[in-house]
Amino acid sequence: MTFEEIQKQAKSDWDSLYHGEVPHILIGTATCGRAAGALPVVEAFNKELATRNAQAKVTEVGCIGLCSLEPLVTIIKPGSFTVCYNSVTPQVVSTLVEGYVLGDDPCLELALGTVEGGEGEAVYIPELSKFEHELRLILRNCGYINPGNINHYIVNGGYNGLAKALKMEPMAIIEEVKKSGLRGRGGAGFPTGIKWELCRQASSEIKYVICNADEGDPGAFMDRVVLESDPQQVIEGMIVAGYAVGARDGFIYIRAEYPLAIERLKVALEQAEKLGLLGDSILGSDFSFHIKIAQGAGAFVSGAETALMMAIEGKRSMPRPRPPYPVESGLWGKPTLLNNVKTYAYVPLILSHGAEWFSSMGSEGSKGTAVFALAGKMVNTGLAEVAMGTTLQELIFDIGGGIWGGKQFKAVQIGGPSGGCLPQSMLDTPVDFDSLREAGAIMGSGGVIAMDEGNCMVDAAKFFLDFTQKESCGKCTTCRLGTKQMLDILEDVTAGRGRIEDVDLLVELAEDVRDGSLCGLGRTAPNPVLTTIRYFRDEYEAHILEKRCPALVCKELIAYYILPDKCERGCEHCVLGCPVEAITTNEKGIKVIDQTKCTKCGSCELVCPPEYNAVVRLSPPSLVPSSQVKESDGVIPEEK
Amino acid sequence: MEELKQQLAEILTPDRKDRSQLIPILQQIQGKLGYLSPEAMLAVAEFVEIPGSTVYGIATFYNQFRFTPLGKHPVKVCMGTACHLAGGKLVLEAMARELDIEVSGITPDHDFSLDRVACIGCCALAPVVVIDDSVYPRMTPPKVEEVLVSVKPASQEQSEKQ
Repeated sequence: MTFEEIQKQAKSDWDSLYHGEVPHILIGTATCGRAAGALPVVEAFNKELATRNAQAKVTEVGCIGLCSLEPLVTIIKPGSFTVCYNSVTPQVVSTLVEGYVLGDDPCLELALGTVEGGEGEAVYIPELSKFEHELRLILRNCGYINPGNINHYIVNGGYNGLAKALKMEPMAIIEEVKKSGLRGRGGAGFPTGIKWELCRQASSEIKYVICNADEGDPGAFMDRVVLESDPQQVIEGMIVAGYAVGARDGFIYIRAEYPLAIERLKVALEQAEKLGLLGDSILGSDFSFHIKIAQGAGAFVSGAETALMMAIEGKRSMPRPRPPYPVESGLWGKPTLLNNVKTYAYVPLILSHGAEWFSSMGSEGSKGTAVFALAGKMVNTGLAEVAMGTTLQELIFDIGGGIWGGKQFKAVQIGGPSGGCLPQSMLDTPVDFDSLREAGAIMGSGGVIAMDEGNCMVDAAKFFLDFTQKESCGKCTTCRLGTKQMLDILEDVTAGRGRIEDVDLLVELAEDVRDGSLCGLGRTAPNPVLTTIRYFRDEYEAHILEKRCPALVCKELIAYYILPDKCERGCEHCVLGCPVEAITTNEKGIKVIDQTKCTKCGSCELVCPPEYNAVVRLSPPSLVPSSQVKESDGVIPEEK
Repeated sequence: MEELKQQLAEILTPDRKDRSQLIPILQQIQGKLGYLSPEAMLAVAEFVEIPGSTVYGIATFYNQFRFTPLGKHPVKVCMGTACHLAGGKLVLEAMARELDIEVSGITPDHDFSLDRVACIGCCALAPVVVIDDSVYPRMTPPKVEEVLVSVKPASQEQSEKQ
């Protein structure tokens, strides 16, 4: 089949659903949708439509990036508005079917907004102001097309880039990518076109193209969403890369923790092969390219390119010194091109719309857009794609909706365990490769985690270091031992055993680990510690000098206390909720925590009815009056 | 041993006698048996023709592999960044207390095993716990008991039906 024929066939398949005579129901069933209960909603729709013998079609789609509003259902109705509903449960399904699928009532009380765009244009919900601040390129189709149907991708401009590329000289493609200013989206930001050129120049019969989908940052999920919602763009990008550098085989190295993404990728690869867009003599040309999936087995260090290749070879995933760079000697010693999921996803767009189009977006040194996973204490958790150079302020407050529960913003961790914690005063920082590096953070994986006043910065630094220390492969001494020593110090600090000179010692160790390690894991592991010391030194000092955790988080430095004048004497919630029977009732009927039994699990604070709010955390623990059992009525210790 | 050999025969097919197949083979065995036993690892070593110590070295390098059996209902508590900041550790501790086992342990009746995992990508629903294949969003220590009770009676009913 020629590409024109493929496009024609795709169009008729698409039109029958999206411009058909009957209503078309889209249900988001990516991992986040499923976690929120999307599958029972799908079942409920199918059942409801069957019992009413209603003429309508149901399609499972990916994720539009509004994770906190899942499950999302969109109803496309011929001759009427397309409406999106949020937090849908099986209980409201019959209302929606009766109201909007069969009737003319759009059930506005359940609706989130209307859906606009699609077919070449990015899909958006005009009622949500978040979309005004976004610029969606690789998320343009997410949550609207069926990721399991290649025709939906093709109708929305898919495989145009490849068709164009096959008529170009490989060097011309590389020039186009260079001109676009695209930089690697895996975090380091190396210019993509230059990498391709180096790989092209390497002389070898056999070359490989690898897609790094080992999204190991605990707090980032952009690659997962892209693969679950619109996987074909990544495959197309890889095929173009293979043609440009002269490779015939590709691998997608993906975490085993993403079973749905793997499943959808497999389907996508099969469909691309069936249409002749992948495999032998692609689109009738003499270019052949095959893609295999390699599943990761859970090692953060595998994200480092040389370590990742070891994993594919079936070895311990440990990095090695560069040079030689993988573009000269990579997988099985052959020249290998390795890029991130999102980097490949941009390639088809650059080829279809041209390098100038791409480089007109973004900032001076960073072109195009960036995709971020917004999580932590933000109102609108989920995905956002913005032009490079957008400020953190815009990202967290205009798109993320600010801090959840009306609390105070304290810090943002950007770039995962390799990134840094930036305070309020740095919110003007534009998000692009260079500005973030200057601020002490990195673009890294693209995870953006907001922290509020209830998060302890020393504890946060300890968390990230605990992660990198466990994930250190052990090859470089500075990383293996240095991260362990740093972690020991942080544990002392959070347990009230810290010494004031420890802060400078941490900085010294951090610099050694950074300078003495081979791969990105070791080189960036100290970032969270360095940035929290740089911007939140007072918290370290409070832990060390006053044995106090200002955010009331570090267990050894806090005590739970029941305020006698707030305790509703007849209520037993905390007594029953305490797993270690540490709470008793005194002779006045007031609940008292036995500090020697308390494990500080926090259950009492959670179960104390909000109208009393009698359980508080005190730091340092010595603030709990020792005499509370006898005469504490009405005496509230000063809360810090 | 004979039984194990039979189970492995489907996975250790002649076309896979290749070093690059080692990790996929181990993944498949774990998928089938729930864990990697010393016997299984030795069988793989013999098959791929590399020393048993190398197989063990590789298996222990990756977080995905476990060396003790999995419970009937594997409990995984997410300890990713978002979950940590939202109190994931308290949930993990509550889970260990409620099941009365250590992290990475298994209950005496083999009903539950408990593991910590690093991010399952549901950060917006933090903190999360995964039991069997269901994700439990926005967990708190007081919810732990409720969730465990909801899992266990369901399984008992199922086994009665069978």
